[in-house]
Amino acid sequence: MFGIKQETFEKNTLALLVGTLVVVAIGGIIEVVPVFTIETTVEHVRGVRPYSPLELRGRDIYVREGCYLCHSQQIRALRDEVERYGHYSIAAESMYDHPFQWGSKRIGPDLARVGGKYSNDWQYGHLMAPRELVPQSLMPNYAFLAETPLEYDDIALRMRANRAVGVPYTDEQIAAAKDDLIAQADANEDNANLLKRYPKAVTVSGHARQVTELDALVAYLQVLGTMVNFADTNTERLAQ
Amino acid sequence: MPTKVEKDSVSGRLTTGHEWDGLKELNTPLPKWWLYVFLACVVFAAGQMLLYPSVPFFTGYFPGLLGYSQRVEVDRAVQAVAQQRAETVNRIGALSFEQIRADPPLLNAALSIGRITFAENCQPCHGTEGTGRPGYPALGDDVWIWGGSLAAIQQTITHGVRSEDKDTRTSAMPAFGALGSLKPAEMEAVADYVQGLFGLPPGKNAAEGQKLFVDNCASCHGDKGQGNQELGGPPLASRVHLYGGDRAAILAQINQPKHGVMPAWNARLSAPIIKSLTLYVHSLGGGQ
Ligand code: HEC
Repeated sequence: MFGIKQETFEKNTLALLVGTLVVVAIGGIIEVVPVFTIETTVEHVRGVRPYSPLELRGRDIYVREGCYLCHSQQIRALRDEVERYGHYSIAAESMYDHPFQWGSKRIGPDLARVGGKYSNDWQYGHLMAPRELVPQSLMPNYAFLAETPLEYDDIALRMRANRAVGVPYTDEQIAAAKDDLIAQADANEDNANLLKRYPKAVTVSGHARQVTELDALVAYLQVLGTMVNFADTNTERLAQ
Repeated sequence: MPTKVEKDSVSGRLTTGHEWDGLKELNTPLPKWWLYVFLACVVFAAGQMLLYPSVPFFTGYFPGLLGYSQRVEVDRAVQAVAQQRAETVNRIGALSFEQIRADPPLLNAALSIGRITFAENCQPCHGTEGTGRPGYPALGDDVWIWGGSLAAIQQTITHGVRSEDKDTRTSAMPAFGALGSLKPAEMEAVADYVQGLFGLPPGKNAAEGQKLFVDNCASCHGDKGQGNQELGGPPLASRVHLYGGDRAAILAQINQPKHGVMPAWNARLSAPIIKSLTLYVHSLGGGQ
């Protein structure tokens, strides 16, 4: 074809090199371009904010424990899903997730909108012993999380790492990270500042004297899917 | 490397014409059918890319010639079922509880909507068919904290208990022990009396306990422990108890009471669905 034969490439190192580069570049461009145009595909909705420090740590624990192996966090745009779980997930809702937790395995239900569905007490009780509350459940017990103190000395570093990949944490938020984390993990603390920085953050009860990993996980679960208020979001624009 | 295509004498097939140090290579092209299927796939993919949303550009993605959007599709599908159900759901929404109950087919529809909604949203706390668990009230019995009439149940489901809703039901028992308003011996005495109400043999200081009870507890729990649904004071003269029926549970609650939370459902469920749920819960056995 076009006078170029396989032999041309086989006999000419430079041609082989350039040819290889061209072929790999085609694949590369197809993979890389969407990343640069992501701004054009993420919906502009109000309400999505970066995770509070406690939620961020909870998310780490969610990832560490592999909750995503049984739970997805993506309500697909299909009627049955919307009827069961609520409004379909939109890209903007996971724009501060690194990496996102959409998942594809559903041994348990989707968790994209589980925030606020149950009380804190239920979340604690259910994570410690799912079968106490849902007898037929096959979710593992995570009681040890209630006894594991949360490591949060490095919380500012973790937030900076997120900022490096595009999560817009402000200097103020990073400076107040520890205070915010403690305020959210103790029902008796004043959380006015926390709520100013992270609207809709749910204060968890904190059963132990120290902040535990379970506190962080519950704070994370309780915010899932609650940030965008779909009642006053222009769904026609989402539908484009 | 001379290029000379020749016929291989052993297999009878052509060679590629390449030769390295006397080694030659048979020319074995891909089967024709494979090649054409492959090419057909490429053409099909190109067609898909043209017809459906595909390539992202810097100004937005290419929407495809058909203008297809899964989000439009799902909105349409959701509306279509909503329309199918509209007649029933609107009637449930518009009619009073009495009118719904007077119409058996409509009541049946409401009860099945209620049953399905209950299984997805309420069962994780209240148990299958509302059997309840420690900390989560049973709904199939006739002991109610906030009332078991249809209107009371509807109110509880809509606004929740100690929820974020501004019309939430709420009550807070003081921590008599932890705050020091009752001394340990006094708490024991109150427990002596209350365990009698629970149906256990009363303790030896029950008489003293009763006095303390009237002074401290009766305003919410009723002077005979019959409860007060206006205030959400649970009945104590009963055998059904939220946090357990033994003396330890009584003492724990006097010392540092637990306060359960039920979410408000008005943000997640529409009014007719909550009404159906109310009828279902009411039908579980304890409705008043
Ligand atoms: C082996 C699979 C499995 C793993 C791993 C697992 N779950 Fe589950 N999960 C389930 C199943 C099954 C259910 C449904 C039954 C139930 O409610 O317990 C469930 C239910 C839930 C629910 C209630 C959802 C609802 O809408 O009722 C939450 C919340 C939850 N899981 C959180 C978690 C978290 C957090 C983790 C990780 C620490 C986790 N799960 C790990 C299987 C799993």
